[in-house]
Amino acid sequence: MRDIQVSAVSDAVRELCINANHRLSPDMEGRLRRAAEEETSPLGADILSKLVTNLEIAGSEMIPICQDTGMAVVFLEIGQEVHFTGGSLEDAVNDGVRRGYLDGFLRKSVADPLNRVNTGDNTPAIIHYSIVPGDSLLITVAPKGFGSENMSRVFMLKPADGEEGIKDAVVRAVVDAGPNACPPMVIGVGIGGTFEKCAILAKKALLKPVDEFSQDPHIREMEQELLERINNTDIGPAGLGGRTTALALHILTYPTHIAGLPVAVNICCHVNRHASVML
Amino acid sequence: MDRYITTPLTKEKAAELEAGDMVYITGTLYTARDAAHRRMAEALSEGRELPFPLKDSIVYYMGPSPAREGRPIGSAGPTTASRMDRYTPELLDLGMTGMIGKGRRSAEVHEAVIRNGAVYFAAIGGAGALLSKAITASETVAYEDLGTEAVRKLTVKDFPVIVVLDSRGNDLYKNAY
Repeated sequence: MRDIQVSAVSDAVRELCINANHRLSPDMEGRLRRAAEEETSPLGADILSKLVTNLEIAGSEMIPICQDTGMAVVFLEIGQEVHFTGGSLEDAVNDGVRRGYLDGFLRKSVADPLNRVNTGDNTPAIIHYSIVPGDSLLITVAPKGFGSENMSRVFMLKPADGEEGIKDAVVRAVVDAGPNACPPMVIGVGIGGTFEKCAILAKKALLKPVDEFSQDPHIREMEQELLERINNTDIGPAGLGGRTTALALHILTYPTHIAGLPVAVNICCHVNRHASVML
Repeated sequence: MDRYITTPLTKEKAAELEAGDMVYITGTLYTARDAAHRRMAEALSEGRELPFPLKDSIVYYMGPSPAREGRPIGSAGPTTASRMDRYTPELLDLGMTGMIGKGRRSAEVHEAVIRNGAVYFAAIGGAGALLSKAITASETVAYEDLGTEAVRKLTVKDFPVIVVLDSRGNDLYKNAY
């Protein structure tokens, strides 16, 4: 058994909120720079180069990459040998979010769903816990903007719809999202499980290294085919035409019920933010 | 083509702009997003005055991140315009001539844009740090309790946008795919 103080969790979450909103991971930034060089539409290439400049300004002057600094989605992978001390883990995560959004000059974008009153400190976070072997804690903070979250979809397909049905659903979600979701996008696809499981898989798919396709050859083929179809739609950067509609697409799967074929498409904009730390 | 305009955006100036033009705006923009639009609609239905003069105005659908010390504003990119569609035709009929946001607009907004000779511009979504550099001053003029959703008067210099929907109804998004 290993003790971890919840105050250490809170401090880590605070830092991760600030870091993720000002700097993309090196793989994500590299992918955007490459797209700016490869885009053949002159307007598209100009927009992509401005997005690269935007990243440079954000990092050097500490201005958030996007004014929508997101709802804080926090993944905790908790080693089963870990024992948390010093208070409530959930409270500690929310305290970290509160301090990160206040100290980091991040926008407070969380409101009551019905009366729309802003909570004022960007809490509560969305926290996903999983228990894994070992005695360490992996914390990932993925601030999610809602321009793209609003365009995400869950499709409860039928087994008879098969793989073609899945592919058509993914492409339809992306085309419907179009310019609203701030393309170029990153697409997370969750296939299988239940209604909520496929959505969490799709969210987790957004965290994968951007240039890494699936280890499974069949799924890798689906990912590559979907990326090709999406980049042939000519939605392009900012929805104004071009090859660069999606920078990456990742699929995660899970067994499902004999009667069902749930598919979730979680759309993220080019500001695919996430930062992690191991305690 | 590249065009440099100053506010107010009169209908004569709006008529010269064409879908696809890169436009650099200097002058005044007013920010309003979901919650501010809802309040403005309530004010209109109750016969109260709006927080800024609509005639020849440009509204920017934007809620900034907080400004660090010594800066006029934080990150300041556009939000999705379609969420404002329900309120937009009335504002256009009352004299607003420009909107800055991102994403598609409804058929009703298209009609109101044509009817009033207005323009819908897109700013680059997710470029809030870069766009903040074109904002030289920001002042909250109404609904301060809404925080980031308050109505702000922005002073801008060469604020970069693209004409997506021009006063004749040409839509760059439709042409784009």
